[in-house]
Amino acid sequence: MTHLPIVSTRHLMPLAVAGALALAASPAAAQQKTVKIGFISTFSGPTAVIGNDMRNSFELALDHLGRKMGGLPVEVIYEDDQQKPEAGKQKTDKLIESDKVDFIVGYIWSNVLLASLKSAVDSKTFLITSNAGPSQLAGELCSPYVFSTSWQNDQTPQVMGLYMNQKGVKTAFLIGPNYAAGKDMLAGVASTFKGQVVGQELTKWPDQLDFSAELSKARAARPDAIFVFYPGAAGVQFLTQYGQAGLKGQIPLYTAFTIDETTLPRQKDLALGVPGAQEWVNDLPNEENKRFVADYIKKHSGARPSFYGAQTYDAANLVNSAVVAVKGDTSKKDEMRAEMEKANFKSVRGNFKYGKNHMPIQNFYLQDVVKDADGNFVLKTVATIVENDQDRFHDKCPMK
Amino acid sequence: MIYFIEQCLNGVQLGMLLFLLAAGLTLIFGIMDLVNLAHGSLYMLGAYFAATLVAWTDSFLLGVPLALLATLVVGMAVEVVAMRRLYGRDHLDHVLGTFGLILFFNELVRLIWGPAGMTLFLPSWLNAAVPVLPGLYYPLYRVVIIVVTILVALFLYGLVMRTRLGMLIRAGASNREMVGALGINIKLLYTFVFGLGAALAGFAGLMQAPILTVQIGMGENILIVAFVVIVIGGIGSIRGAFVASLFVGMVDTIGRAFFPDLLRLVLSKEAAATAAPALSSMMIYLLMAAVLVLRPEGLFPAANR
Amino acid sequence: MTPMVNARNLVVAALLAFLLLLPVYTGVTGNPFLLTLFTRIVILALAATSLNLILGYGGMVSFGHAAYLGIGGYAIGILASEGITSGFVQWPVALIVSALVALIIGLFCLRTRGVYFIMITLAFAQMVYYVAAGLARYGGDDGLTIYRRSQFDGLNLSNKPTFYYLCLALLLGTIFLVWRLVNSRFGLVIQGARSNERRMQSIGFPTFRYRLTCFVIAGTLCGLAGALLANHTDFVSPAMMYWTRSGDLIVMVVLGGMSSTFGPLIGAVALLVLEEALSGLTEYWQIILGPLLLLVVLFARGGIDGLLEAASLRPRLGGGADAKVRRG
Repeated sequence: MTHLPIVSTRHLMPLAVAGALALAASPAAAQQKTVKIGFISTFSGPTAVIGNDMRNSFELALDHLGRKMGGLPVEVIYEDDQQKPEAGKQKTDKLIESDKVDFIVGYIWSNVLLASLKSAVDSKTFLITSNAGPSQLAGELCSPYVFSTSWQNDQTPQVMGLYMNQKGVKTAFLIGPNYAAGKDMLAGVASTFKGQVVGQELTKWPDQLDFSAELSKARAARPDAIFVFYPGAAGVQFLTQYGQAGLKGQIPLYTAFTIDETTLPRQKDLALGVPGAQEWVNDLPNEENKRFVADYIKKHSGARPSFYGAQTYDAANLVNSAVVAVKGDTSKKDEMRAEMEKANFKSVRGNFKYGKNHMPIQNFYLQDVVKDADGNFVLKTVATIVENDQDRFHDKCPMK
Repeated sequence: MIYFIEQCLNGVQLGMLLFLLAAGLTLIFGIMDLVNLAHGSLYMLGAYFAATLVAWTDSFLLGVPLALLATLVVGMAVEVVAMRRLYGRDHLDHVLGTFGLILFFNELVRLIWGPAGMTLFLPSWLNAAVPVLPGLYYPLYRVVIIVVTILVALFLYGLVMRTRLGMLIRAGASNREMVGALGINIKLLYTFVFGLGAALAGFAGLMQAPILTVQIGMGENILIVAFVVIVIGGIGSIRGAFVASLFVGMVDTIGRAFFPDLLRLVLSKEAAATAAPALSSMMIYLLMAAVLVLRPEGLFPAANR
Repeated sequence: MTPMVNARNLVVAALLAFLLLLPVYTGVTGNPFLLTLFTRIVILALAATSLNLILGYGGMVSFGHAAYLGIGGYAIGILASEGITSGFVQWPVALIVSALVALIIGLFCLRTRGVYFIMITLAFAQMVYYVAAGLARYGGDDGLTIYRRSQFDGLNLSNKPTFYYLCLALLLGTIFLVWRLVNSRFGLVIQGARSNERRMQSIGFPTFRYRLTCFVIAGTLCGLAGALLANHTDFVSPAMMYWTRSGDLIVMVVLGGMSSTFGPLIGAVALLVLEEALSGLTEYWQIILGPLLLLVVLFARGGIDGLLEAASLRPRLGGGADAKVRRG
């Protein structure tokens, strides 16, 4: 959308010139007195709830670190990608060129990440993705400057595919959004699912929130199960319409990233009994996680963090480990990289290692939705499905 | 077969929602000769008002009429403050001026309600599926949409065809100078028509809200489709808007549902799956282009202007 | 007669001087961001100038002009992703495809007038948008990253100042071209057709052919802007062509001053500089912007250029009449 002048047009020209000169003057050569981190996520529209969860978790991590890394104060600049690749890329460029950040963290959406990747890599700015994990990033587009604290998109649905095999599902109908991650997700399920995929529908993303046509098609195909991937508010919409279509008792649902702590409050009993897989779950027993979840609940009046937040909390600690290793001298990029490759920090998901493509090698757990003693809807871990799972694209990565 | 009927119902439901939007737009365009890009903003306001008022009053049946009233009031206020000065001007002026209003309303909504959007929850008695045919369960809420909008269409028909006010509206669409010359208070008529259009748009917005989300900028996408509908139907004609909305709704839905299968016969499976949503979106524009070339006044032109 | 040294000419001259010297300034102060910003401004000014040809002078309100930005951009993007990075191949392809598409769209649209013209240009632009969104091989909705800019022997487009001067040169060339066109017989026919088509036809001019030619030239120039934009951002996506982008271009032209030589440039600079400068100050400033646009439409119809011109004219006999004739 366009942004237009605020002042009367008569004064426009002098003001414009003054404005330009002011712009020139302001981002003067910044002295290296702070660690500057740029944060790109979605803060507007229906998926803002995810961005806020990530921001809250990042802020909590900084609080736990005393708001310093390697002795230097931390400055974070939050930017909104509006869920659009173009906007995300523009903001990334701004963070790199105008704000001159040392690290960029965030990226919910794979398409936004892919659009912004070149700018970060070309400028040799470290980029930590705390959610998006497109297959290209794990493969041919891997870069020494990019690290992930989440997963590769295919991994979680692959895990669901294995689970569906365990449950004896013979035929499945797959539904997801038509963008990089959506395609990865459906491909991931198909790669491990041994039964027959009787239908697959990719919907227009992010505009299409009316799934009546796709649900009708799924019903007509009579599968044993439906697999679905719809993050954020779309997940709420899908489950609502799934219920409205009368499918709840008829065809079981298997999900990835569709039910989480951000969407569960609205999905409520529609989500009961619907399984999903994750690399981080709220009830993991390690110390770091207990502290993260407890402090988050305390700071945000009862709201629970989601996996988006957990991954972002880890990202803060990953960056910290690097800055500490070089004692605050962020120009020592090779040393920082070496430190990050060790994954030498306490992750809330438990310790994990990095593959050569800077993607985590980690466990995946199965979760179910249950009602707790107070009548709230919560996610509960049911089993560990795989241990030390590595993405299937690492061979395509040219890094050593 | 069941599937086809279900898709037809979906198409009708979409068409009826489009009709609510298009009816207001065509009235405003036909009578005041005003190109109103901000119609989508009124659609958005209806949804936001409904989400808020239903939550406040904790009652769907109370919140909805209140939201309609609120949108009607806002619509009339906008007409008096802004639109009046645009009458008689070039269409480009309308486009620019109402484009500015889009920006204003988007930002205003962001200021008042925040950037994250809202949800409108249906009461549980509406959240079920009904057996429309043996073996075909259809969401009750969508049936309600179809029924309610048909009632609105009948109401509009009655208003325009059978009342004195409607006669003035039709006369104004044909020849506004004459109507003014006959001593009718044109200003009041215009304010009323604009308000009616706003209420219809708001109604469409709030009816859509439980199915889609309520968010800033939600009007921009559907506004274009509404314009396509009124061009196909004929500017100024409510009957044309009705027929064209159904037509467009059906083409869009059936296209989305069956076009991929058609494409799959010709292209690879993946190419078809990704190309189909885009191509079926194009269909309605091709339709409009065809109508403009073959019958530029639309299917049911309103008047001899 | 307005004196040569007047407010409007001074402003334009100052702006041009600023644009010419900018890379020197940013080189000295070490602030590449400003250069990036103004490269974008110059490119969009080129697009706005091409729109002014049909909108300001020709009276053709095309709500689909951003489609050509996309066509030019995607020509570069698609060829680059297929390994063809030579600018000598890419740019002519961008221009030719833009011209062809403009020809086809023009053949359909120019048969209509008024709001129907607005709607149908918008419809065609949306169709181009959906075609791009459907190109799964080239990113579809997610867009396409361009890994290597257009290669020209002896000209390194990855060098910021070089690229900036290239864009500036092309902008000035376009402004000059449009100025010559408008002041030629061709331009007079176009402007005459805008005022009263029937009269022009009765004099014997085949106005449809003239308007179509004008439409194609405008589309081609905008395609050039698209090729530049693709090189500038190293990225193309269907969003470049969404109808609200066409709206942005129209706003630039009207704000700057329709049917004036430097109006589109002034409009682009005003719009984009203030967008940058003010979005840093307050979050909700757009709330004033919207109504301001409405006010400009109602009271300052000639745009900035019109206001500057009014300021240039001394209050004397004939001055007012001059202004009205000039604004057309």
